[in-house]
Amino acid sequence: MTAVQAQRRRKSPASAPNRIWDAGPLTKVVLAFALVLSAFPIYYMFIMATRTNDEAIDTPPPLLPGGHLGENIQRLLSTEDAYFATGLINSAIVATTVTVSVVLISTLAGFAFAKLKFRGSKILLGLILVTMMVPLQQMGVVPLYEMMVTLGWTGQIQAVILPFLVNGFGVFMMTQYTTQAVPDELVEAARVDGASTMRIYANVVLPAVRPGMAVLALLTFMQNWNEFMWPLIVLNPDNPVVQTSIAALNQAHGTDYVMLFTGTAASVLPLFIVFVAFGRQIVGGLMEGAVKA
Amino acid sequence: MTLNVDAPAPARRPGPRRPSGHRSAGRGGSGFARFDLRATPYFLVSPYFLLFAIFGVFPLGYTLWVSLYDWELAGDKSFIGLDNYIALITDGSFWNAVVNTLGIFVISTIPQLILALVISNALNKRIRGRLFFRLGILLPLVTSVVAVAVVFTQLYGRDYGMINWFLGLFGVDAIEWQNQSWSAWLAISTMIDWRWTGYNAIILLAAMQTIPKDLYEAASLDGASPRRQFWQITVPMLRPTLVFVVFISTIGGLTLFTEPVMFEGNPTMAGGATGQYQTVAMFIVKEAFRDFDMGYASAAAWLLFALILIGTLINYSFTRRIGGKK
Repeated sequence: MTAVQAQRRRKSPASAPNRIWDAGPLTKVVLAFALVLSAFPIYYMFIMATRTNDEAIDTPPPLLPGGHLGENIQRLLSTEDAYFATGLINSAIVATTVTVSVVLISTLAGFAFAKLKFRGSKILLGLILVTMMVPLQQMGVVPLYEMMVTLGWTGQIQAVILPFLVNGFGVFMMTQYTTQAVPDELVEAARVDGASTMRIYANVVLPAVRPGMAVLALLTFMQNWNEFMWPLIVLNPDNPVVQTSIAALNQAHGTDYVMLFTGTAASVLPLFIVFVAFGRQIVGGLMEGAVKA
Repeated sequence: MTLNVDAPAPARRPGPRRPSGHRSAGRGGSGFARFDLRATPYFLVSPYFLLFAIFGVFPLGYTLWVSLYDWELAGDKSFIGLDNYIALITDGSFWNAVVNTLGIFVISTIPQLILALVISNALNKRIRGRLFFRLGILLPLVTSVVAVAVVFTQLYGRDYGMINWFLGLFGVDAIEWQNQSWSAWLAISTMIDWRWTGYNAIILLAAMQTIPKDLYEAASLDGASPRRQFWQITVPMLRPTLVFVVFISTIGGLTLFTEPVMFEGNPTMAGGATGQYQTVAMFIVKEAFRDFDMGYASAAAWLLFALILIGTLINYSFTRRIGGKK
């Protein structure tokens, strides 16, 4: 009996059609369906950006690109009350600044938590985990707003930048990543050679955690490019970020579908370019982070 | 047993250790090195805690303080103790916002988790073009919430929306999606699900790939069908990740803001004519920045936090039980 079982077991993974692991027709249908559902609204958005308003309300709706993209973009940029170009530039500044800060601060703290021994490190890391549960955005709006009023910064983009300079998730992620990516022996060896802690950070840790940094940078950039609630509260309509600029378009030109869609298409395009260029790393990083968390 | 004892491991161990022990004796004397070893870790973690204290802890405490006052923007303030909280608990519009938030949370999260499980299970099979499928599933995450809301709001339009057009093919009359709670909740839930299902599927897929394959091989030798294996091996083994996913969804769902605001078109924070889709986050912003009642808004913010704590605890105890009893 046991011999037969052993033989069977050895055979099954190797034999060509494997009932459990190979994708059957049902699996393919599920994936194809999910893919179409994922892609369709995005496709629709880009299609609408190339159409006119008359075409946009046709029934059945147009499903192929038209020839009005250039004209729509011109109209979008010349719309007074949306300040779309300003919004794009502001968003780029905000998202870039915040990303640099979050990545720098997270790699520093992540290195300390992952590889250095110091009193209270466990408690401090636990504290960061707890703070990840607090919806600071919603809970802090009133005091943050008063803070910006006091500083005279309402309506200016530093009001949008400052509250996001640190991120508990970033520290947590870099702690996990550094633990895995940097062998203890490497840190010890550098120490033995007389390297200071900051030197170890610069010469040993930073090169090793670069892939993790890239994923964190992409996620942080996306998140801040998408920020909506706080900019809506603290910025003025004439100096928006791209998301609030779209909201203004929506409010003033709700029936001008085509311009609204051109704006949203332009607002997601930078993220798409990043996604196409680094998609593999993003998926890999998300999956790696998920398993360790 | 005896065979295992003579392992080569102990022989290897002194190798890397010797130099470190040897040199550290010499290093101990230097004052800078000792200072560096003790103090630098605190310097490294201090930027986070410093900035978090200013933009995190301080606002939280200040919100609690403001919530005890009748506090109008740039106006008078007077201490009123717990009156804001008492008023909130009896405020129908606050409870309306709570019910909307919970309603949207429930009808978005449950299908989302089921779909994410089905998709991740499909992604876990051997199939050509795996990366392509994974990227495709994740694509919605890369769009902005505002963009999603704009596109879906148009799709749900009464007269020219594609969804009503599609339903019309089956003889369904045009629905005014914004007008009733159930339809508005449904429309907003689809926006949330569309953006987040793929992300959750990827997270669950990562966890699925850590499940040892011999579990499945043993089960199929015992004649368990793939479906049975899914429910009795995959789902129970995913429990920690499901807890994580539900945890993230709870916080995201209970702080819902952008989708309903954009669905409304005009950001008045009212959530429709009768507040049929006003969420708690919208309620807070409306009280603070439309009605300028900072104290009331702050009390609502703390109640939101309480809601999140309760929601997380309920979901935690619920998720822990998944696949646990059978």
